[in-house]
Amino acid sequence: MVRYTLKRLATGLVTVYFIATATFVAMHAVPGDPLAGAKARTAEIQRNLRRRYGLDRPVLVQYGVFLENAVRGDFGISFTQPNRSVNDIIRHHFPVSAELGLLSLLFATAGGILFGAVTARAHGRLADRTVLFLVILGISVPSFAFAGLGQYLMVDLNRAVGFEVLPVAGWGSFRHMLMPALVLGLGTMAFFTRLMRSSLLEVVHQDYIRTARAKGLPWARIFLAHELRNAILPMLSYLGPAIAAITTGGFVVETVFAIPGLGRYFVQAFQQLDYTVIMGLTVFYGSFLVLMVIATDVVYALVDPRISLIGERS
Amino acid sequence: MALGSTLERETREMWSLLRRALPAPPGGERATIEPTSKPPTPAGTSPWQGTPATARLEHRGLGVCRVASRTIRGNWSRQLLALVATLPLVARADQVVRLAITEDPPQLDSTRSNDTESAFVLGHVEEGLVTYGQHGDLRPGVAESWDIRETGATFRLRGDARWSDGRPVTAQDFVFAWRKVVDPATASEYAFVMYTLKNGQAINAGRLPATTLGVRAVDDRTLEVEFERPCPYFLGLVAIPTFDPVREDFYRSRQGRYGATPTDLLFDGPFVLSHWDHEASLTLDRNPLYWDARAVRLDRIEIPYITNDPNARLNLFRDGSIDFLRAIGRDESRRAEVERLPMKSFAQGSPWFLAFNHRPGRATANAHLRRAIQLAYDPREFISAVIGIPGARPAAGIIPSWTSGVKEAFRKEHPLPPLRPDLTEARRELELARQELGGKIPPLSWLTFTTAGSAREAEYFQYVLKKRLGLDVVIDKQTFKQVLAKENAGDFDIAVTGWVPDYDDPMTFADLFASWNANNHGAYRDGRYDALVRAAQSEADPAKRMSDLARAERIAIEALAVLPLYEDAYVYLQSLRVQGIVRHRIGPDPDLTHARISEEEPFRAWSATR
Amino acid sequence: MRAASFGEGAEGFAPAERRARVSRSARPSLSYWADAWIRLRRNRQALLSLAIVIGLFLFATVGPLLWRVDPAEPDLSRISEPPGRGRRATVLPDPPPMEDILAKGVEPHPDGVDGATLPAPSLLTIVGQPTTLSVRLRWSPVRGAAGYRVYRSPEPPGGGYLGLPVGEVKSGNTVSFEDTFALRPRPYYYSVVATNVSDSLRASTLEATPLSAVTLDAARLVRPDAALGQVITFPVRPFGTDGLGRDLLARMMAGAQVTLLTIGFVAPLLSILVGVLIGGVAGYYGGRLDQWLMRFTDFVLSLPFILFLILVRVALGSGPGRSDVTALLVGLVALSWTGEARLVRGQILQLRETEFVEAARLLGAGPARLLARHLLPNTLGVVLVAFTFAVPVSIFTEAFLSFVGMGVSPPRASWGSMCLDGFGTLLTSPHEFVIPALFISVSVLAFNLLGDGLRDALDPRLRSR
Repeated sequence: MVRYTLKRLATGLVTVYFIATATFVAMHAVPGDPLAGAKARTAEIQRNLRRRYGLDRPVLVQYGVFLENAVRGDFGISFTQPNRSVNDIIRHHFPVSAELGLLSLLFATAGGILFGAVTARAHGRLADRTVLFLVILGISVPSFAFAGLGQYLMVDLNRAVGFEVLPVAGWGSFRHMLMPALVLGLGTMAFFTRLMRSSLLEVVHQDYIRTARAKGLPWARIFLAHELRNAILPMLSYLGPAIAAITTGGFVVETVFAIPGLGRYFVQAFQQLDYTVIMGLTVFYGSFLVLMVIATDVVYALVDPRISLIGERS
Repeated sequence: MALGSTLERETREMWSLLRRALPAPPGGERATIEPTSKPPTPAGTSPWQGTPATARLEHRGLGVCRVASRTIRGNWSRQLLALVATLPLVARADQVVRLAITEDPPQLDSTRSNDTESAFVLGHVEEGLVTYGQHGDLRPGVAESWDIRETGATFRLRGDARWSDGRPVTAQDFVFAWRKVVDPATASEYAFVMYTLKNGQAINAGRLPATTLGVRAVDDRTLEVEFERPCPYFLGLVAIPTFDPVREDFYRSRQGRYGATPTDLLFDGPFVLSHWDHEASLTLDRNPLYWDARAVRLDRIEIPYITNDPNARLNLFRDGSIDFLRAIGRDESRRAEVERLPMKSFAQGSPWFLAFNHRPGRATANAHLRRAIQLAYDPREFISAVIGIPGARPAAGIIPSWTSGVKEAFRKEHPLPPLRPDLTEARRELELARQELGGKIPPLSWLTFTTAGSAREAEYFQYVLKKRLGLDVVIDKQTFKQVLAKENAGDFDIAVTGWVPDYDDPMTFADLFASWNANNHGAYRDGRYDALVRAAQSEADPAKRMSDLARAERIAIEALAVLPLYEDAYVYLQSLRVQGIVRHRIGPDPDLTHARISEEEPFRAWSATR
Repeated sequence: MRAASFGEGAEGFAPAERRARVSRSARPSLSYWADAWIRLRRNRQALLSLAIVIGLFLFATVGPLLWRVDPAEPDLSRISEPPGRGRRATVLPDPPPMEDILAKGVEPHPDGVDGATLPAPSLLTIVGQPTTLSVRLRWSPVRGAAGYRVYRSPEPPGGGYLGLPVGEVKSGNTVSFEDTFALRPRPYYYSVVATNVSDSLRASTLEATPLSAVTLDAARLVRPDAALGQVITFPVRPFGTDGLGRDLLARMMAGAQVTLLTIGFVAPLLSILVGVLIGGVAGYYGGRLDQWLMRFTDFVLSLPFILFLILVRVALGSGPGRSDVTALLVGLVALSWTGEARLVRGQILQLRETEFVEAARLLGAGPARLLARHLLPNTLGVVLVAFTFAVPVSIFTEAFLSFVGMGVSPPRASWGSMCLDGFGTLLTSPHEFVIPALFISVSVLAFNLLGDGLRDALDPRLRSR
C-alpha cells in the first residue's frame, strides 16, 4: 500500500512536469502580448517593460528560468499585480476557494446521497419523477443564473424581513459562505443524485441485499453497511476531480458574490495573459488534482475489497 | 420623554467609548449602533424603518433587535447595552460611504499605475501639485501658487502640506518621483506624459541619466520645471497621478515593495488607505493631517466588494450595502427603472470611434469604402437604441464637444458639420470602392470586446452594413488583452476604439492620429496632419495652436481616418443619503472629497400638470 | 446428450430413451437487440421523449423553411418585446430636430444661487403630438436656474424617485427639450427639475402617451408600398424579440442547429465514446496500460481548458470570427472525455471480478467480446448519467466560449449563448432567458428519458426473458 502510494506520487510528479511544460508551450503559442496596456506605448517603454519581466530573452531560456525557479518553489511575481508574488496569491486566495469548495462539496455529497436514496427507493413513483425533474432543471439552467437569481432573492428576503438574513455578497464569516456554497454545489449535487440513484438501483436488486433483508437486519444497517458502501463507488471515483474542480473553478460564483478566491483569479489571469500567474496556478492546480486523484484511488481500493490497488488481473 | 433621552444618552456614551476602544476587525463582521433612527428611505421600502426615540442595535451576526424606549427601564437598558457591548462591535461612523469597484487595483505605486481603479484610489489618498475642484477646475493642491511660462514653470508649495507620518511634503519629493517615472528601470507605462519635460523622452530611452530631467528643487518649497517644448496645458498634466510626489527615504526603506500594502505607502491626500485586503476590500479613512482636512466631511470610504458582475453590483445597491454605483449599462438601467432606484446621468464625454486600418492591402485603406460606411451609418438610431444610454451624443470629430478651446469650448470655436447618413450616396461610393478594389470587396474583420454592449454594437453594424451596402463583416470577439495585441499588430479591418483623455486640451486627442503615436492603431498617415500637430506642439500662441489643431482635425475627419461614433455618457446610481459626490471627466471619478451623508431626506414635491 | 455412465450398484435404473417432442412452453429465444427493441417500444416515457427529440430535430431543420424570418435582422423599435405581440404604427414623416425655445429676459448662467431652493418650473406642456419618434416638452423658465434636468418614468414619480434622466439642458433660458430616447407607445411621466450646481428639490410632472409611429423608410422595409398616414401592422413575434429586436423564434431555430445537432449533443456523445473506450481498456487490462492511460487522463484533466481550446482552434487553422464548428467540436471532445473515462474504468474494475465475466472468459471469450458484450453494457447506467450531465455542460461551455470569441461567432447564435445574453435582462424581459433555457431543459430531459429507456432496454440484467 505504502509502496503503491509512493510510486503514484513519483509518477504524479512526472505528470505535473508534463502539465507545466504543455501549458508553457501553449501559453507562448497563443497570440497576444501580456504586457499590452490600454494606452499603447512608445518603443522605449515597450522595451523597458519587456526587459523588466524577462520577456526579451528567448523562449527556451525563459522556460529554463521557469523550471529552475519552480523547483525551488518560486513562481515569480504577477505581471498584472507587480507587488504580489504568485506564492502570495496562492497562499492568500486558495484557502478561500478551498473553504467554499469544501462546504459546497459537503452540500453536494450529502444532498446527492440523500436524494439519490430517496429516488432509488421511490423508483418510478412521484417522488422520483419530481426529483428527476428538479435535477434536470438544475443542470440545464446555467450556474450564473442560479448565482444571480440566488443573490437577487437574498436581497428581496433581506428587505422583506427587515434585517440581513444572509449577506448579499462578500466574504468573511460563515454566513457569507452559505449561499455561494449552495449555488456552487447545486450542479454537482444534481450529478451525484443521479449517480447514486443509478448505482443504488443496481445494488438494490442484488442477492446479498435480499439476504440481508431476509435475515431481518434493520433498514438503516442495510443501507449504510451494504447498499451505500457498494453504490458509492462511482461517486467516489468522481470525487477526486470534483474536489479539485470545485475548489479552483468557482469562477462564476466568486464573481457574483464578490469572493476573493482562486477561481476568479484563474480566469482573469488567462484573460490578461499574466504568464507567471498562469504557470504558477496551473502547476499548483495540477499538483492538487493529481494528489486528489491518488487519494481517491487509494480510498476506492480501501472501500472495495474486490479491487486490488495495482490493478493487476487476479 | 425622560426615559427615552436617558437611553439615548447612554447609548451615545457607549458608542463613543466603543469607537475609541476597539479597532475594526479585518474584513469581517461589523456592528452599528445608531442612537436615532433615520426617517424612512424613499425609493421603495426601507429595511431600517423605525420611529424616533428608538434605539436600535444592529449586529450583522444577530440581526436587528429593537429596544423600544417605552418598555425598557433604566437599569435593564444599561445591562442590555453592556451585554451587547461585549460583542465585537465597532460603532459605525455616521459619515461613511460604501462603494463597490470592478477590480482590485493592480498596484498603488503612483509612478507606475495606469488603470481606472488605481487612479480612483490614488486620487483620494495622494495629492499632487494641483487638484480638481468641484466644478472640474484645477485648484491649488500641494502647490499654492505657480506661474507657467513658455519655457518652463515654477511652483511654490504650501507650508502645511504633510505626509501621513507628519513630515512636510517638499519639492525634493516631486523631483524624486518624476525622475523615477522616466527612469527606464521603472518601466512606467505612463512615462510618456513626462515627455514634455526637458530630456524626458531621452531619459526614458536610456540615452541620458534620470538626473538630467528638467525639474529641480530650488529649495524645500519651490519647484522649477523646464520644458522640452511649450506646454500650455501643463497644469492639466501635473494633475495626473503620475506626477504625485514620493518621498525618497520612505521609498528606499520599502526595498522594492513600495505600494504593495497600506504600510508601504505614505499619503498626503484627503484620505489614507487604512486597509487593503487583496481582491476583497479596501478602506480609506479620513486623513487628519491633510492641509484642507476641514473641507472633508466623510470619515471613511469603504470599498467592501470587488466584483465585475454588473448585476451583482446592482443587487448590492438595492440591498443598501453600497451607496453609489459608478455606471450602469443599458440593461441594468431598465432594471433600475423597474426597481425605482435613484438614477442620475453624467455626460462623461469620452469619444468613441470606428478605427479603420489604413495599412496597404486592407480594404479599409480605400477612401471610398470608408466614405460608404460613414454614409450608411445613422447615429440617431444607433445611439438611442443600441448604445441605449441617455446623454450619449453623436460625435462630429475627434475632439469632443466639451474640450476647452481658448475661451470657450473648442468645438464652438471650431465647428464641424455633423455626419449625416445618405444611402444613395453611400451606394455610389461603394461602387467606386468596388471598382478600385478589383471588383470584389473581401469580408471585413471587425474587432470588438466581449462585453454585452460591444457585442450588440458589432452585430448591429454587421447587419446594417450587410443590408444597406451588401458588405460582409466577420466579428472578431476577443478578450481585452487580445484586442490590444491585435490592434497593435494591425490585425483587423475595423475596430471600435475609445480614448479617455488625460487632460483638458485638444492635444490629448489630436495627436492620436499622428504617425508617431503608438495609439494610432490604424496606421493613418498624413504628412500634413503630422506637420500641423508638430507645429501646435511648439506653438506658444494659444489661438494659433488651436486653429492648427482644428485644421489637423478637419483633415483627419475629411479623410475619415476614423469614423466618430458618439460621446460617452453614464447613467449611475447614487443613494439619496449621499450628497456632494462630484463626477469628473478628467481626474478621479467619482470624487468623494467633498461628499457627505445627509440624514435629512430631500423632500421632493411634485405637482402634476395636465 | 450422453447418458451418464452408471457404475455397479445402480440397479433399478436403466438409461432412458430420448423421447421426441417435449412440449415447448418457452417462446422463441430472442436476440439481444430484438429484445431490447421490444422493451423500448413498451416504455411509454421513452417513446414520448423520442417524439420530443424528433420534434426538436424537425424544429431545427424544417422550422426555418416554414418560418421565413431572418434571425439576424434587428428592429430597433421593437427591442426586448414580450412574446406574442404585433405592433401597429402610423407612418409619419421623419421629424426634424427641435429648435431650442429660448426664454427672453432670463439669464442663462446666474451665479450664487443654491439650486436646492429653486421652485419647480410651471406650465410644463407638450409641444405638438407626442409620438414614439419624438416627444417635445416646454416649460416656463425658473429665475436663478442655470439649467434643467428632464426625467422620465413609466410610473408616477414619488418618494424622491423621478425616473430615468433622459436629458439635460445646459442654460437657464433654454426651456425646451426633445426626447427621442427609446420611446414606446405607453404612458410616461416626465419630470423637469431646475438646477444650479445642485438639483432643485421640486419637480413638475406631466403625463404623456406617445403615439406609435414609424418613419417612411422603416415602414417601407415591411411594406414596400407604404405611404404617409397609413397604419402599418408589423408582424407578430411569437417568442418576442431580443436585445436588438431580432425575432426570437427564428433565432431559436438557427440556434437549434448549433446546439442540438453539433455542439450540444454530438460533442458529449463523442467524448463519451472516447472516454468509454479509454476507460474500458484501462480498466480491463490493468497493469501498465492502465497506469499509463490513467496518468494520461490526469494530464489532460489538469490542462487549463480555455488556453488549450484556443490552441486547438489556432492549430486547426481557424481563427476567431470564423465559425468553424469542427475545430470547436474537436477541441471540446479532446478536453472533456476524462470524467467518463474514470467512471467507466471504476465500473470495469468492479465488474471484472464478477462471476459472469469469469464464466464468459472461461468459455473462451476474447477481450473485445468481453468488453463489448459483457462489461460495457453493464456500465450503461453510469455512462448514461454522465451523458445526461455532459450535455448541458457542453452547451454552456460553448456559450462561454462564444462569449470570449471562441465559440460560434455572430450572427449565428446557440441556445447557450442566448441564455448568456438574455440573463442580463432577466428581471425586465424574462422571455429572452427563459425561452432558450426552457428549450435546453426540455431537450436535456428528453434525451435523459430516452437514455433511461435505452438503458432499461439494453441492460442485460433486465431482460424480459
